[in-house]
Amino acid sequence: MKPSTRRRLFQGVLYAIFVIVILVVVFLADWDAIRTNFFNLEVAAATFPEIVVIAAKNTVIYTVIAFIGGLILGLILALMKLSPVLPYRWLATGYIELFRGLPALLVIFGFAYAIPIAFQWRPPGGSVGAGLIGLIVVSAAYIAETIRAGIEAVPKGQVEAARSLGINPTWTMVSVVLPQAFRIITPPLTNELVILIKDTSLLFIAGLALGERELTTFARDSLTSLANATPLVVASLLYLVITLPLTQLVAKLERHNKRGR
Amino acid sequence: MTSVSKGSSAVSTTEPAIEVRALCKSFGSNDVLKGIDFHVDQGEVVCVIGPSGSGKSTLLRCVNRLEEPTTGSVMVEGVDITDPETDLDKMRTRIGMVFQQFNLFPHLTVLGNLTLAQQRAKKRGKAEAIEVARRNLAKVGLAEKENAFPSQLSGGQQQRVAIARALSMDPDMMLFDEPTSALDPELVGDVLEVMKQLAREGMTMMVVTHEMGFAREVGDRVVFMDGGVVVEQGKPEDVLGNPQHERTRSFLSKVL
Repeated sequence: MKPSTRRRLFQGVLYAIFVIVILVVVFLADWDAIRTNFFNLEVAAATFPEIVVIAAKNTVIYTVIAFIGGLILGLILALMKLSPVLPYRWLATGYIELFRGLPALLVIFGFAYAIPIAFQWRPPGGSVGAGLIGLIVVSAAYIAETIRAGIEAVPKGQVEAARSLGINPTWTMVSVVLPQAFRIITPPLTNELVILIKDTSLLFIAGLALGERELTTFARDSLTSLANATPLVVASLLYLVITLPLTQLVAKLERHNKRGR
Repeated sequence: MTSVSKGSSAVSTTEPAIEVRALCKSFGSNDVLKGIDFHVDQGEVVCVIGPSGSGKSTLLRCVNRLEEPTTGSVMVEGVDITDPETDLDKMRTRIGMVFQQFNLFPHLTVLGNLTLAQQRAKKRGKAEAIEVARRNLAKVGLAEKENAFPSQLSGGQQQRVAIARALSMDPDMMLFDEPTSALDPELVGDVLEVMKQLAREGMTMMVVTHEMGFAREVGDRVVFMDGGVVVEQGKPEDVLGNPQHERTRSFLSKVL
């Protein structure tokens, strides 16, 4: 057999396997059960409008709060890690290593229950507030490392140029280094944001009141009360409605920033 | 035009613009500068030449303390730049510097590059900063590029913007660290022309360069460095035309 014939035959086999698997799935799957349990329009209708005006809205609000909080705390930690003052570097390194090493769920649980029990102190915002603090604390550890890497990726000549013009170290950082660092880290930072959107689902462990539920918790409750899996599908679609435009927007932003590189 | 006539320096004082005494600089066990005595007078154009690794860039970077001298003193207009009490940022606004790699701020437009330090370090208002910036852009022949980003400019244009950026601080002197070494050969001329113009206006200049033609034509004095010491210095026609030292001769025979 000629090599070219053998190659064509091999490809033919691959296509055949593909078609057979598709046919088996199409004919053996219980389409009725799948449709009534996962794509039930009546059940889907029953979740509206709450799943959007309460659950999806809360997911977005929690993400924004946690991301802004994580950015601020992460920036402080990154600057501490690059500080000439040794104890600051130790503190930042210790913090980052600790909270990157712990499950977010455990940290949220700690802020929601362990700290109130130990110190008789309730974080602001009740259990959601406590959970969000936990989320901020964890995301700041990751964001700090991203920002530090971004700052270090700005060429040394940039700092030298700014300093040679008489710009002091603080303004050099604020107007020369950080704007460039954030451009460099836009992709990994988007990644952190998308991860954070999904991690808001961990807030359920803090205990959410009815109006405080985010998408996953809401879908899970609906799953139980309606004895149908459709709410999970609706919630999944809503997550994608949030994340897909976001990643598109950032990609556009990145293209725009290219000329300023 | 074969020779450049120098404008007379407006400042007349006995103090040299730059005075370096017994300067040593080591990076770890590597002694880069081994006791340099060097000066630039007001309004003088001094070209520093020498093989790579001779310490000429390090010497220049010690003048505005981008490099910390190990021992020795560096006086700029009578102020000891190595003194911890010296307001370094304020001194640096008086010392313009141009880098081999331009080091323009890529996230800012050309105008932004020229106004940033005026506003942050000289505390000029925005309107004044823009006015000064436009004047200096016109001077380097790039008035129409004020809204461009550095990445949209050629290397030669970027370097001219960098010169305009340094000039916008109204410095008393300019340091040039191999300003044309990173440029394509056909772009070198425009940058050198701007530097010649500056020299004609009487600007005090210290130029580390491989452009022997520029040194000969514009330099008041040429300093030849090798191995971390000043080997010989003098008028360009003497150092370049009739070198006294063997090391100078062998260097010039390779580059000329």
